[in-house]
Amino acid sequence: MKRLWRWLIPLAALPVLALLAYGFRVSPRDIPSPLLGRPAPGWALTTLEGAPLSLGAHRGKVVVLNFWASWCYPACYEEAPVLERNWRGYRDRGVVVVGVDIQDKQEAAEKFVRDLGLTFPIARDLKGTVSVDYGVYGVPETFFLDRQGRIRVKHVGAVTDDVFRATVDRLLAEAGSP
Amino acid sequence: MSRARVRFAASLLLLGATVSALTAQPAKPVSEEIVHEVAAQLRCVVCQNLSVADSPSEMASQMRAIIRERLAAGESPADVQRYFVDRYGEWILLAPPRRGFNLLVWLLPFVAVGVGLAITAALVWRWTRRRRGVRPPPPAVDPAMSERIRREVQSGR
Amino acid sequence: MTADLGFGMTLVALGLALYGGVASAVGARTGRPALVESAQHAALGVFALITACFALLAYAFLTFDFSVRYVATNTNLGTPFYYRITAVWGALEGSIILWSWMLGLYTLILIVRHRDSARELYPWALATMLGILAFFLVVMTVAAPPFQRQVPVPADGRGLNPLLEDTGMITHPVALYLGFTGFTVPFAFAMAALITGRIGDAWLVLTRRWTIVAWYFLSLGLLIGGWWSYHVLGWGGYWAWDPVENAAFMPWLTGTALLHSVMIQERRRMLRLWNISLVILTFGLTLFGTFLTRSGVIASVHAFTQGSIGILFLGFLALVLLTALGLVAWRWEALRSQGELDSVVSRESAFLLNNVLLIAAAFTVFFGTVFPLLSEAVRGVKVSVGAPFFNQVNVPLFLSLVFLMGVGPLIAWRRASLENLTRNFLWPVALGIAAAAAAFVLGVRSLLAAVTFAATVFVAATIAVDFVRATRARLRTGEALLPAMGGLLRRHNRRYGGFVVHLGILFIVLGVMGSHAWSVQTETTLKRGETAELAGYRFRFDGLTAVEESNHFKVVGAFTVSNGRVLDVLRPAKKFYPQEQAPIAYVDYRLGLTEDIYLVLGDFTRDGTQATIKLQVNRLVSWIWIGGVVLTLGALLAILPERHKIA
Repeated sequence: MKRLWRWLIPLAALPVLALLAYGFRVSPRDIPSPLLGRPAPGWALTTLEGAPLSLGAHRGKVVVLNFWASWCYPACYEEAPVLERNWRGYRDRGVVVVGVDIQDKQEAAEKFVRDLGLTFPIARDLKGTVSVDYGVYGVPETFFLDRQGRIRVKHVGAVTDDVFRATVDRLLAEAGSP
Repeated sequence: MSRARVRFAASLLLLGATVSALTAQPAKPVSEEIVHEVAAQLRCVVCQNLSVADSPSEMASQMRAIIRERLAAGESPADVQRYFVDRYGEWILLAPPRRGFNLLVWLLPFVAVGVGLAITAALVWRWTRRRRGVRPPPPAVDPAMSERIRREVQSGR
Repeated sequence: MTADLGFGMTLVALGLALYGGVASAVGARTGRPALVESAQHAALGVFALITACFALLAYAFLTFDFSVRYVATNTNLGTPFYYRITAVWGALEGSIILWSWMLGLYTLILIVRHRDSARELYPWALATMLGILAFFLVVMTVAAPPFQRQVPVPADGRGLNPLLEDTGMITHPVALYLGFTGFTVPFAFAMAALITGRIGDAWLVLTRRWTIVAWYFLSLGLLIGGWWSYHVLGWGGYWAWDPVENAAFMPWLTGTALLHSVMIQERRRMLRLWNISLVILTFGLTLFGTFLTRSGVIASVHAFTQGSIGILFLGFLALVLLTALGLVAWRWEALRSQGELDSVVSRESAFLLNNVLLIAAAFTVFFGTVFPLLSEAVRGVKVSVGAPFFNQVNVPLFLSLVFLMGVGPLIAWRRASLENLTRNFLWPVALGIAAAAAAFVLGVRSLLAAVTFAATVFVAATIAVDFVRATRARLRTGEALLPAMGGLLRRHNRRYGGFVVHLGILFIVLGVMGSHAWSVQTETTLKRGETAELAGYRFRFDGLTAVEESNHFKVVGAFTVSNGRVLDVLRPAKKFYPQEQAPIAYVDYRLGLTEDIYLVLGDFTRDGTQATIKLQVNRLVSWIWIGGVVLTLGALLAILPERHKIA
């Protein structure tokens, strides 16, 4: 029996190797949000043109809240047309797409909006309080809020047509008073 | 209004103003040291493994401003920490909170030192015991031999 | 053409390495020296081919050959000349070539030095080296080919990561890799000893110098990395307990333990099992380090990439650990020594304690590094384990080690009598206590700082006591002072080399303590002409200038620093590189023996009238770099060939 104890030494390496192998299945950048299911923090900012924009104004609608920046290349540039396209398609169905520009300069943001022809409301988070309030750790990140104002889905990375439509359709289909 | 009443009203106002000034939360001047202390416990979310205090990134700078504002509004450092954890999860703390499963990482190093010392102590005890172990007594000298040695030593002198 | 030629050479090198490994092993097993000879020739061929690959890649960089994808990704037309050369090892593929080249170099040195001196062990050691080399060549061919073609050929490349445009880039990876790969040789000899069953002390004596050299280069690499972090990365620190930093620190810790425990095996013929396991553990940790850097399993500043390369490294790590530890288990009975100790109070005990503390520290760093992964696996919750944790848990361990550094070299082997203890330690202990009292009087209120200071004075005093006593003994024989000291250093170069290395460590400890206990910082926004104050210095914001450079655009702030009289104008900057998403902060600093002034430029207004800066006054940091220089001198002294064999 005593002779077999020594083989524990090489075997001891196995759990460590297994743990490292597990590491391949998860991404260290993938951090789950603790805000899911909770009411979305309210905010009031100004748009690029200087008009007031607040979350409360859109109560009762499904809100697609998108955090972006002009230096976020290439993801924000890929998803902007997706957002614009779906904004135009869904805006009459009680859905609003709102963009929040973080850590950016006014001219760069205006250029982005101009070049990509975006028409949905966009505000600038000058002090970063809104992005921290939503637990944003990179761009782009998109939050899908239901009609009751709760955060239901957080999507990290560029939004695609499939993701947008599937999520918004699901939230629209939910019964509930605005 | 009579003069007495005016004075009375004025003193009430003054009293009210003084009381509210004393009980209201004043904007506390926040020392950079406290901001730094709180920020040093939080992980900069756009960097790799740097604290919010250390990171030169813009996001960290904005987070430091938020910390400063909240501390100035009267929140305690623990409140500020809780605010960030509420939004980012436990991940944003640079050292895992000493609760539950996380105790493993805090305690295991000391357990390892303890185990190491115990094993070493056991080995050292065994090794010194072996050395101090019973040595057979030197064989008794035969008396005839001892006499012969004495004679030879004396003659050699 | 370049791409195909390079790829072809890599393939041939791989074939030769595989052949050589097998040939040497078979030659050893069947007793055919001719086979071992041919393996040597194969090794030579492998080294020549890898050198040629290296040269080819460097040539591609120098001639802006953007048809090679690696060149196009890591350089552009604006990259300055010398950075084009260092860019060769600036990213993943190049780092593998560098590693392989060093392995090849060490294999050649092994052949030249040991081909005649270690007849039994040598062929197996050679086979192991070639086997490991073959693995890295597989990585080079399959997972990270440096000679992949870029089609269509772009007009301009992407450019080097701007953080790498620094002299640290030239030296840090080179030193670090020389250290990592250096530990392969002791491992190869350990394997040879296990396979042949010659697990006496021969293999250990052979590898002693290798271990010191590898350990030294690892230390150097870590220190240069700290220096690089300090003066480039813009956060005013030199060590962040980043997973990849930890991955290099762990083999350093076990390597230090090894350096000390081999001395017990040399003197007392004990701890064979322990030492051989330590060699395997250290080599395993170097592989773990490369795995961590390249697999992306744990997020880090250094992470090169993700993908299949991680799986390859993990697989190889598994193979190495299971094989080597399996061999240890197989030879268990022969390895277990009948240990004997005369007394608990002895140098042997001090060294054992040293090992326990160092291994515990390595374990702490390891567990802290992988804990986020464990937490996610078990709880599904991501946690971070960063500087606050490591600093808190490691400090008691390291402080104890500092104390031990003073005790170990002076306490007697076998049994330390009371007389020996008082003679050696009375003065140092007294001076240590006096130092703590002096610190308290001078206003130091942090217990930790006072204790650390006392410990460093204690250790320095023990070194002085030994040196003075030994010099005095020599002077009594009529020698003059300088020849006495010099002769002492030369004759007992291992011992005094060790002392000098310990002194270097003391300086580093002082620097770390100073920077943690007494550094101050602040952050403030200034309008042009306004002043900020910190630690007796005044900083006046003079304005911003914009500069166009060859491959980036730079905004420089000018800050006049004065403390009564004008000291300097510091110019921290923000560099905007077209290929980078966020601007890179470029710090400016003024170094001093006791204080460093450190400025980081933050946000600023377009018209240059206002700027936010982060000010730091760091204390005693320069002693870390001074300690590094002293460490170098000590290591050099220690590896000198011995004049007389110590009886």
